[in-house]
Amino acid sequence: MLLVVLEHDRGAMDEAAREALTFGRDLAAQMGAPLHAALIGADDADLVAEAGAFGAEAVYTVVSDVLADFGPEAWGEAAAELIRRLEPGAVLAGGSERGNEIMAQVAARLDLPMVANCIEVQPDSGAGEWTMTRQQWGGSLLEDARLASERPLLTTGLHTMAAEPAPSAVEPVAEAVDIDLDPSLARTVVKDRVVLEAGVTLSTAPVVIGGGRGVGSPEAFAPLEELAAMLGGRVGCSRAVTNNGWRPHSDQVGQTGTRITPEIYIASGISGAIQHWVGAKASKHILAINIDPEANMVVKADWAVIADLHEVIPAIAEEIKRRRA
Amino acid sequence: MRILCCVKRVAAPGAKINVTADGLAVDASHLGFATSPHEECGVEEAVRLTERHGGEVTVLTLGPPEAAEQLRYAASVGAHHGVLVATDGSAWDPQRTAAALTEAIRDLEAADGPFDLLVFGNESADSGGFQVGVRVAYALGRPIVNGIKGIEADLETDGGVVRARREIDGGFEVYELPMPAAVGVKEGINLPRYPTMRGRLASKKLEIAELSSEAQPGGQSLVRLHRPRETVTETEILGNGPEAAAAVVDVLADLGVL
Ligand SMILES: Cc1cc2nc3c(=O)[nH]c(=O)nc-3n(C[C@H](O)[C@H](O)[C@H](O)COP(=O)(O)OP(=O)(O)OC[C@H]3O[C@@H](n4cnc5c(N)ncnc54)[C@H](O)[C@@H]3O)c2cc1C
Ligand SMILES: Nc1ncnc2c1ncn2[C@@H]1O[C@H](COP(=O)(O)O)[C@@H](O)[C@H]1O
Repeated sequence: MLLVVLEHDRGAMDEAAREALTFGRDLAAQMGAPLHAALIGADDADLVAEAGAFGAEAVYTVVSDVLADFGPEAWGEAAAELIRRLEPGAVLAGGSERGNEIMAQVAARLDLPMVANCIEVQPDSGAGEWTMTRQQWGGSLLEDARLASERPLLTTGLHTMAAEPAPSAVEPVAEAVDIDLDPSLARTVVKDRVVLEAGVTLSTAPVVIGGGRGVGSPEAFAPLEELAAMLGGRVGCSRAVTNNGWRPHSDQVGQTGTRITPEIYIASGISGAIQHWVGAKASKHILAINIDPEANMVVKADWAVIADLHEVIPAIAEEIKRRRA
Repeated sequence: MRILCCVKRVAAPGAKINVTADGLAVDASHLGFATSPHEECGVEEAVRLTERHGGEVTVLTLGPPEAAEQLRYAASVGAHHGVLVATDGSAWDPQRTAAALTEAIRDLEAADGPFDLLVFGNESADSGGFQVGVRVAYALGRPIVNGIKGIEADLETDGGVVRARREIDGGFEVYELPMPAAVGVKEGINLPRYPTMRGRLASKKLEIAELSSEAQPGGQSLVRLHRPRETVTETEILGNGPEAAAAVVDVLADLGVL
């Protein structure tokens, strides 16, 4: 059996879990094994049905007081105990922050190797080793790796594959599994949650107006703010900008910032270093504004304006106002 | 507070990453090196905590002898001690790295007492295994949460508590870990300071303790590094000045985002 550990947040399935199920269907077929799923901290008919729509034939649910909200140690121990009992041929989770964290907890608890952020996996063909291609540098570089393990623990590279329901949905067998969890595992469970802003965030915005070192100062972001507001979008920035203290880090796009997926990313005054690019490349379209026609961002963009962003951005805002008037 | 930070020396590439001819490493012959960004913020956070609560920061790295540079950099921004577990420079797999770091921390704690807090990066910038910190914390019996972008230490409550914030879309979650604890932090938790002249002098005098490790390789091994295939884009130049605005707005209209 290939077991997929499903990430959900208070009953809502995470996109990364759907991606892992999609990837897992293929991998299970290669293994000649059935696809099963584990649902931790929820016994929810909708989630079970959704796992079935993605091809899971059985769903194991584990509920307990310490699993009521997310906690890496409690979720990790619940998954580890499930694996000890079910002895799956391999275990897979989505490559989100939580998915990787739970799998690392499982790996530590079972003292097994774990390979994070895989984009291709070939099961053991008899040589005693699995082989895979995984992401390094946030996806800027790939690693072909070998894995010798009695029970491979893997996560999938986030958003490297589209989540697709199975051609024909199955009605999964739901099985509640009783696991006694030590109450001390509650020491890392979420205590409180604070929501600061509802509505579009950088990772969900349909339009992102990015600014880099070329913007020049915190004040000079005002026209970018204005344009973003006109389009129902958000301002993003490069690490040069956050390092200078011009914008908060929550605006940063890239390897150590946010991965954005807007309809269009307008990147202005940004050179397009590889660590920025990996956060931007999932944008459906990219328009670069830069004085340097050779800048990496320009070369990789769909459209570019080779000019001073301080003149171009206000002109775009003016043109939109004119057309809307 | 006694705080330990684990940092990794990584290359600092620009527009693309080149690989050596044997495919086993990043070609760093024309590159500088840095501390992995999450971990640089980890050191800054540790220094701030000791500035607030007293105590000392020890920085631990596993890598080639040159990784001493990253320990000296940490000292230049306020860390007090540096420890190097020297390797031959080859990439160690996550299980082996975690075993060696665990062993080193046990040795340091046996000599000078336990650390109240272990600080890791959420993931290393280069290999990005997303696991070394979790493995070490588990081996040492410490609670750990990853993705942390805010830390407050409360030394009074119940023998010490670490309140940690994790960013979620549009807000944050709060965790409360009993000390001794561990965290995996992310860039953005703070804005690291630059070294001062005094810091630079202190870093030159830093005495680096060297440890060695017998840790054995784990189950994952590197075969080859390669660059992902990039689709070549034909960039359409819309203009060379503000007059390009009309063409830009046409694009926005076509995409239906106006
Ligand atoms: C491990 C690691 C992780 C990293 N993670 C990230 C990350 O998550 N996100 C990130 O962004 N970076 C990240 N970086 C940093 C990255 O390597 C670059 O240093 C950074 O992206 C550069 O920012 P920039 O493009 O704004 O600045 P620069 O590279 O200095 O580029 C400025 C650009 O602005 C243009 N320009 C200047 N003036 C104007 C003007 N008036 N009008 C129009 N254009 C103008 C210039 O031609 C140039 O192209 C990381 C680095 C490392 C080592
Ligand atoms: N060679 C190393 N030396 C010191 N700390 C390390 C090393 N490798 C990983 N770490 C720590 O473990 C964290 C997670 O690493 P990784 O599992 O590689 O993503 C890093 O952010 C570091 O804090």
